[in-house]
Amino acid sequence: MIVTTSWYLVLGALLFIIGGVGLLVRRNPLIMLMCVELMLNGVNLSFVAFSKALGDIGGQTVVFFVLVVAAAEVVVGLGLIVAILRRAPGSTADDLSVLKG
Amino acid sequence: MEALLAFTRPPLDWHALAPELTLLAVGTILTLVDIIWDEKSKQVMPTLAGVGLLAGLVPILTLALDGTDRAMFGGAYMVDDFALVMKALFLIVGYIIVLMSVDYIRDGDYYENEYYTLMLTSLLGMLMMASSRDLISVFVALELLSIPAYMMAAWRKGGRRSNEAGLKYYLMGVFASAIMLYGMSLIYGLTGSTSFSSIASAMALNDGVTAMSILGVLFVLIGFAFKVSAVPFHNWAPDTYEGAPTPVTAFLAVASKAAGMVALIQLVFVAFDNHEVIQPFFWLIAALTMTVGNLIALRQTNIVRLLAYSGIAQGGFMLVPFAVAGQASERALQAIVIYLIIYAFMNLGAFSVVLAVSRKTRSGELESFGGLFQYAPGLAVAMTIFLAALAGIPPAGGWFAKFGLFRALLDAGGAWAATLGVVVAINTVIAFAYYARVLGQMWFQPIHEGDERPIKLTSALGSALVIALVATMAFGILPGLVGHFGEVAVLSTLGR
Repeated sequence: MIVTTSWYLVLGALLFIIGGVGLLVRRNPLIMLMCVELMLNGVNLSFVAFSKALGDIGGQTVVFFVLVVAAAEVVVGLGLIVAILRRAPGSTADDLSVLKG
Repeated sequence: MEALLAFTRPPLDWHALAPELTLLAVGTILTLVDIIWDEKSKQVMPTLAGVGLLAGLVPILTLALDGTDRAMFGGAYMVDDFALVMKALFLIVGYIIVLMSVDYIRDGDYYENEYYTLMLTSLLGMLMMASSRDLISVFVALELLSIPAYMMAAWRKGGRRSNEAGLKYYLMGVFASAIMLYGMSLIYGLTGSTSFSSIASAMALNDGVTAMSILGVLFVLIGFAFKVSAVPFHNWAPDTYEGAPTPVTAFLAVASKAAGMVALIQLVFVAFDNHEVIQPFFWLIAALTMTVGNLIALRQTNIVRLLAYSGIAQGGFMLVPFAVAGQASERALQAIVIYLIIYAFMNLGAFSVVLAVSRKTRSGELESFGGLFQYAPGLAVAMTIFLAALAGIPPAGGWFAKFGLFRALLDAGGAWAATLGVVVAINTVIAFAYYARVLGQMWFQPIHEGDERPIKLTSALGSALVIALVATMAFGILPGLVGHFGEVAVLSTLGR
């Protein structure tokens, strides 16, 4: 059995979908954050697979940028979650519903 | 090791980067001043930030006088006339928002110093966005402008509403950027390049629409549709706008939305030129955004929320020309740029009035505007002008923006453009209904809680109001002023 590029692409798409569905379904802010990471890693995998198939280094460069930026995003996200949990321990996304209309 | 040593820095055009470098330098100085002076620094922060933003305009002027297009990093970073027009807009908007923020932030109990650093960083991302002509630089610029904005939305750390606003904005923002990135990976796989010009030429060669290209283009566009809060990707906007501090709301509603539009312009008119999926997509979300935004705005009782939904609907108007990007590309691009510029000033003006009034009434409800004309006639007249501009009534600026839309639609012709024109016309009428409700409160209702004390306008907020007012009226009476910028942008983007 030969593992071709499309296997990696399918895996990347699956990771992306699992992350996306998880983000929409789960209600714990921390798990939602992990789901975003899963989506981004699906993206990374698909970039690397394309890059290898095309013989072009550009796609792998993108992955570096995505990794760095994702790290910065997580820092901010964790900061927000800490700020919320400090005030109301055990909050879920459903508890955040002061604003509506 | 040899490969590492062999690295040479790509040539940098320092003059072209001067506006960004100015912002970066001022942001760094702000942080240093904060560390060194501590208490005293509170006084100089806003002044320094404001001066820095104005200083950024100087290199933009010299670059505009010079007039040559400057490309860096193999065309990934372009400084052309379109970029300069948008950069100037971002800097001026940033300056007005600093003016609006000074007293609001100073009155709060929160440590104010990072606020300006974060705002300058976000603006730096917007300036980069105006120059980005590559998927990577677009992504980096988008994150550079979004990440500080998440923190600004959650500025009141102890406040429940502000926390909620920040987290909602954050989760929707990162979700959108993940979707956009996945689209980018598909486009990269299809075209083998990340630069806009190569993507355009590769897409022109690949005849036939494949599922992959449709998915790629759609995902990237959806990522930015979140940013410009287009329906059905708008859920975060009203909550975030209401919960965030009001100057931050103005920043998100104007600057952040403009940055998303700038990216969409480059993607639609340069990278995905004439892809089959673009026009139907924008037709649909423009019609939905206008209609849903306006209908929900009708039943709002909180003024900031009303402005939020009005902002969503205005964003819908801005998306209209994208739907005719193929048939009438020049007119469409011009209409979007003109709408962006006029919208920035009229919306900032409306937010300034809301800030001024809520400083006294401490309320965001619509009733707090009751009888405004009796004790603050100046503010009531200013608000009337801004709302008239938003509704598109001459001579206030907004009419010219709406006129541009119809001109683009007429130029395109055909049944689809005509139907969209009808949707725009209907929505203009609906929008007038809720703007009129605010007007009715100000002019005809009894004074809110019988409190007739006049409103003391601080000098900073007053200057913001005057700048917005002068610009709104000037664009309405002398539309040539803003029309010129539209033409310049068209020339440099489409090269025709």
